[in-house]
Amino acid sequence: MGVVVALLCVPLLGSRYLVDLTTEILIYALFALSLNVLIGYAGNVSFGHAAYFAIGGYSCAILLTTYQWPLWLSFPAAVGLSAGAALIIGYFCVRLTDIYFAMLTLAFSMLVWSAAFKWRTMTGGDDGFVGVNVPALLEDRVAFYYFAVGVVSLSTALLWRICHSAFGRTLVAVRENSLRAGFVGIDVRRIRLAAFVVAGFFAGIAGALFAMYNRGMYTESAFWTESAQVLIMTLLGGMYSFFGPALGAAVLYLLEVSINQYTEYWPAILGTLLVLIVLFLPHGLAGLAQKTRRARKV
Amino acid sequence: MLQISDLSKSFDGFTAVRNVSLALDQGERHAIIGPNGAGKTTFFNLITGHLRPDSGTVDFKGKSLTGRAPHQIVKQGLARSFQHINVYPRMSVVQNVQVALIARQGQTFNMFIAAAGLHHQEAGDLLTLVGLADAEHAVAADLSYGKQKQLELAIALAAAPQLLLLDEPTAGMAPAETMEMLRLIGQIVAARGLTLLFTEHDMDVVFSLAQRISVLHHGEIIATGPPQEIRQDAEVQRVYLGKAADAQD
Repeated sequence: MGVVVALLCVPLLGSRYLVDLTTEILIYALFALSLNVLIGYAGNVSFGHAAYFAIGGYSCAILLTTYQWPLWLSFPAAVGLSAGAALIIGYFCVRLTDIYFAMLTLAFSMLVWSAAFKWRTMTGGDDGFVGVNVPALLEDRVAFYYFAVGVVSLSTALLWRICHSAFGRTLVAVRENSLRAGFVGIDVRRIRLAAFVVAGFFAGIAGALFAMYNRGMYTESAFWTESAQVLIMTLLGGMYSFFGPALGAAVLYLLEVSINQYTEYWPAILGTLLVLIVLFLPHGLAGLAQKTRRARKV
Repeated sequence: MLQISDLSKSFDGFTAVRNVSLALDQGERHAIIGPNGAGKTTFFNLITGHLRPDSGTVDFKGKSLTGRAPHQIVKQGLARSFQHINVYPRMSVVQNVQVALIARQGQTFNMFIAAAGLHHQEAGDLLTLVGLADAEHAVAADLSYGKQKQLELAIALAAAPQLLLLDEPTAGMAPAETMEMLRLIGQIVAARGLTLLFTEHDMDVVFSLAQRISVLHHGEIIATGPPQEIRQDAEVQRVYLGKAADAQD
C-alpha cells in the first residue's frame, strides 16, 4: 500500500525522466512477477516468456492502430490472445519437465519472434510496428503513468491473490514433489498448464502496456534475449519471494540505464551479474534481505 | 472390494510381476511379503497407476482402475504411502497435509480461496491422529525419519481413502518407532474401518497386523492365507521365512 502511495506521488516531483523511468520499471516488474508464477511457484524454468509479452504488445498495437478498436476492447483482447497462445503452447510444453521444458518454451518463443519478423504487413517486420494509436486521454506521459500504476497495481494484487490461493499452494506442492502430488489426487499436468496460462496472461498485460508506452513494438521484445533478461530479473530479485522479482526488475533496469551511460558492454556486465547471483545469491535479493533480518533478530 | 486379475509387468525382458491375482474384502488387513526384488513395490505401482500393466486388470468397488492415472485412482478412494520418504520437504508439516485436503475437496484450480488457514482444523486433527500435533509448523525435511513416515501416513489419510496401501510403513525405523507405528496403523485402520494392503520386511510386523498374507516370489504369488497357514507352508519356508530366520541369526 505504501508503495502504491509513493508511486502516485512520483509525478509531483516534476521530473519527466523519473516518470518515464518508473513507468518502464513498473511494466518490467509485472513481467517478472508473471514469470515467477512459473519459476518460483510451479518450479518450471521458462526460457521463452518474452513470447507472451510480445503477443500482448503486438496485438494491442495492431488492434488499436490497424483495426482502430477502442482501448477497452483492444487491451482485453490482446491479453486474451496472450493467454490463448500460452494455453496452446503450454499444452505441449507441460508434457516435458526441466531442461526439455525450458528448450521447448525457447523454441516456441523463437517461432513467435520469427512471426513478428516475417509477417511484415501485420507487424512491420524488423522496422517494428510504429505509431501506435494511443487514446487521446493517455497521450500525456503523466496520464499514462497513472494508467500504468493502476493496471500494474491491480494485476499485482490479482497475482498475489492467485499465488496465495488453494491453487498457489497446489503449485508449490507440485514444485516440491510432483510425484507425491499426483498420488494425493492432483492432476499435475493440468495444474502446470494453468500456471502457464496465468503467467502468459499477466505477461500479456505487461506487453500491452509496453506497446502503448513506447508507441511501438519491435522484434527485440520477442527475442530470446528478452526472455533471458526477465529470467535474470526474477532470479536477481528472488524466486521464492512474491515481490522479489519486482525488486529484481527495478534493480536490473536501473543498473542497465546507469551503466549504459558509461559503457556499451552491458551484456557482459549482465552475464557477470548472472554468475554472481547463481553462485552467491541463489535466493536473490529478497533472500538476502530475509537472511539479514533474521541475523539481526538473533 | 479390490479385485486384481492376472496382472503382469515386464521391464526389458525381466518379468517383475507375473499373472498376479488377488481379491481383497472390505475391512481386510492383507500383507504382501517376499524377499527383496520379489516385485512388491512394482505390484503397488501397478495398482496405484504409477505403472501401466502389460496385461491384467485392477477393479475397485466394481470400477476398472486399469490404465488410469494416479490422481484419478486416488479419487476412487485408494491412497498409498511410499517405502522411501516422499513428502514435500520444504513445506511445513501442516501444509503437507493441507495440500492433500485441497485436492480431495477439488480445490486445486481454485485461484481465489485463500490458502492460509484452509482446512486447518482437519489437517490438525489428522496430525494429532498420527502423533505429530506438536510438529505442525516444523519444516517437513527437519523431522526425524520416523516422524516423516508418520507424516507420510497423514498425507495418505487426508485423501480419505477406503483402501489404504502402505509400502513398508516401518522400513528404516528404530524398534521403538516401529512399535509406535504399528499401534498407530492398527488403531487408525480399526477406527476408520479401512481396508489395508501393505508390504513389509519385518515378520513381527506382518504377523501382528495382517489377517491374511500373500507371498510374492519372483513376481508370482506362491501362497495366500491366514498367518498360521503361511507360517507352516513348506514352500514359503523354503523361499522366504527360512532366509529371514537365517538373516536374523
